[in-house]
Amino acid sequence: MDKLRLKFAKTGRAVYISHLDLMRTMQRVFSRAGMALKYSEGFNPHAKISIILPLSVGTASLCEYMDFALEGEYDLKMLPERLGPYMPEGIAALEAYPAPCKGAELRWLRLEGLLRGGRDAAFYTGFFAKSPILVEHRAKRGVRTDDIAPAIRSARFTDVENGVRAELVLHAQEPTVSPELMMAALGENGPAYFRFTRLEAYKEDMTPFR
Amino acid sequence: MNEKIDALLRQVQRPARYVGGEYNQIVKDKADVDVRFAFCFPDTYEIGMSNLGMKILYGTVNEMPGVWCERVFAPWGDMAQAMRREDIPLWALESGDALDAFDIIAFSLGYEMAYTTVLDMLDMGHIPLRAKDRPGLKHLVVAGGGCICNIEPMAEYFDLCFLGEGEDVDREVIELYRQAKREGWDKPRFLRAAAQIEGVYVPGLYAVDYHADGTVAAITPTDGAPAKVRKRIVEDFDSAYFPTKPVVPSTEIVHDRVSLEVFRGCIRGCRFCQAGHTNRPVRSRKPETLLRLGKETLENTGYQELNLSSLSTSDYRGLSELCDGLLDYCRPRGISLSLPSLRADNFSMDIMQRVQQVRKSGLTFAPEAGTQRLRDVINKNVTEEDLLNSCRIAFEGGWNNVKLYFMLGLPTETDEDVLGIAELAKKVFWTWKQHAANKARGVRITVSTSEFIPKPHTPFQWEEQISRTEYLRRVDLLTGALARTKSVTYNWHDAEMSLVEAALARGDRRMGPVIERVWRSGGRLESWSEYFDLRRWLEAFPACGLDIDFYATRARPVEELQPWEHMDCAVSRRHLERERARAYEGALTPDCRAGCSGCGAASLLKEGVCRG
Ligand code: SF4
Repeated sequence: MDKLRLKFAKTGRAVYISHLDLMRTMQRVFSRAGMALKYSEGFNPHAKISIILPLSVGTASLCEYMDFALEGEYDLKMLPERLGPYMPEGIAALEAYPAPCKGAELRWLRLEGLLRGGRDAAFYTGFFAKSPILVEHRAKRGVRTDDIAPAIRSARFTDVENGVRAELVLHAQEPTVSPELMMAALGENGPAYFRFTRLEAYKEDMTPFR
Repeated sequence: MNEKIDALLRQVQRPARYVGGEYNQIVKDKADVDVRFAFCFPDTYEIGMSNLGMKILYGTVNEMPGVWCERVFAPWGDMAQAMRREDIPLWALESGDALDAFDIIAFSLGYEMAYTTVLDMLDMGHIPLRAKDRPGLKHLVVAGGGCICNIEPMAEYFDLCFLGEGEDVDREVIELYRQAKREGWDKPRFLRAAAQIEGVYVPGLYAVDYHADGTVAAITPTDGAPAKVRKRIVEDFDSAYFPTKPVVPSTEIVHDRVSLEVFRGCIRGCRFCQAGHTNRPVRSRKPETLLRLGKETLENTGYQELNLSSLSTSDYRGLSELCDGLLDYCRPRGISLSLPSLRADNFSMDIMQRVQQVRKSGLTFAPEAGTQRLRDVINKNVTEEDLLNSCRIAFEGGWNNVKLYFMLGLPTETDEDVLGIAELAKKVFWTWKQHAANKARGVRITVSTSEFIPKPHTPFQWEEQISRTEYLRRVDLLTGALARTKSVTYNWHDAEMSLVEAALARGDRRMGPVIERVWRSGGRLESWSEYFDLRRWLEAFPACGLDIDFYATRARPVEELQPWEHMDCAVSRRHLERERARAYEGALTPDCRAGCSGCGAASLLKEGVCRG
């Protein structure tokens, strides 16, 4: 079966697993479950799997997507249940289906987060309301300065008991802005501690990505 | 994960190694547990999780109802620093509980350079370092592994040690501990009783006296402890526990694969080799058992690689049959098979060619010495002809990368032997020139040398270690001899660490404070060159009134009582002395299959005869 997609969540202790390690882990999950992933041809064959938007270490997600291909035929509806017992703690298979579109069509992400040890909600709201928002980041050739303002669709901040709650809708691919990059843009006004969770993915026109 | 720890994990490299939660980890309900056992590995997660002994003990101890064994590793420098700064104690991966929540704290010691890390882990877990500062039954600190055959330098830190293979004796000690806890024994009573179990060493029950010159005068057991602690083995290895459901790390480790232990012990008697002497006699698993265990473990882990492990896999009688069976299973599933520790002989090369059809990356041989004379001295039964013949087969078969391992400073070594290494490397190169299947790809021959370290329980336990200056002179000599040979790369390990390793390996009880001092001045994870600093040791020895050369480089008279002579690893002193004499005669001793040389190890078996 070709061009399959798995939606999965990565939370709890699993948030510390890096992207590369996650790829290896997923391959092992399939082989433990007795399902053979399809391999590429050639001198150095590798399993044909790709995770659409690599997640940074430390960020949780309820909406990760992995494209893959399987040897043999399976009832896709049953797949999450079959994979479940073979997952490490914190990774949960949610849904498997034939990929209805290209992974590149995933354009927006809605996230929530908690910021602690920095400024208050009003400050962050003001900061991310302006344009441009310039941030330096390391690119292939030296350091580049980018304006991330156009990639932030919405950024709401509320003071809560233990810090500031953030609700964000960010452009995820071309251009890309991550919550980590936003925190970096804050410079010395940034929080001492933050953590984010991806909640939902959308296409360019804000219809749900599947 | 609480937020304080979460915040730390975000600042350090590779945080996944600190959180647990991996597939196959064992979590028990604390309400059903009466003995909590912390298995501590005094090195990083990546090293510790690659260790087969760790997987075996984790599995067997957790098979005991009411006992929960968890894993603890030493954090890398960045994490250790952050934890100390934030005052977060060292925790176990499964429960996240700090070390002081555990009843028994067990260390696995396979390498002397880990000693300072043991102290660091205890301290990070808020456990008092010395046995005498832990008066109660709680926080019993124990140790097992290869180093126990001379654990004297760490004697004051451990309550109890396991000599030999741990799988049975560990469980017996845990049962006794449970009884002691239930019946409210005090610690001395428990230790006295434990010392009666074969394979248990309670350092505190032995008094050691020294001569004025610093050598050992007497080792005296007290309180009914045995005069000699006899090592334990698992006699029926075929049915011995094997961890078919090991924890599968979610982050890459050093040996990220299934490791199938085909046999224990070694039939060869290489005179420098400690493992070859302390793990006797040979006991094997049947090929059909291994096949079943291998398949089961692959299915339970999802690993794509399987490795056959032992001290000398070529010597496994069923190797051909086993490889065929494994290949039938592995090939269609894209699982690769790896066979380290093969000898340079025809049989091994044949197996090698069948197994590694795809990846022809590199072949490794360990002739250990450059001339036949010296190879006879060390009883390394490999001839130049064997080696070149194996290389020829390899080159004809398309391999173009050969690694050769040697030691410098072996007993009786002369400059001629050192230069012999270069000669041998050149002959390997000519063999390639004559026989390479495809010369266009070139060839890479790597020669590596390390310094010989005399180890307890070997025929060379009395030998001197050459000084670092002398080692470096021999390195220079070899470098010069190899200078004009393109295609041969020479790597040498520095002898700084070997000096400390040699001192610790043959050390006595007076070295405890030295180890503490090195640790207090920052020594930890010292098997990592980035964390090792010889200056700390050179400062600590004299500061504690000791001389490092007394332990490392001094040649010891055979009559001298050695600090480890109350440890009985079943190979007799008489055998070691005989082997030492034969070494000086350059006489080979046959391997155990060609003829038993009466080393004494057979006495561990019920029938009293080795059948390995
Ligand atoms: S008793 Fe004989 S056969 Fe057994 S290990 Fe010793 S030398 Fe080898």
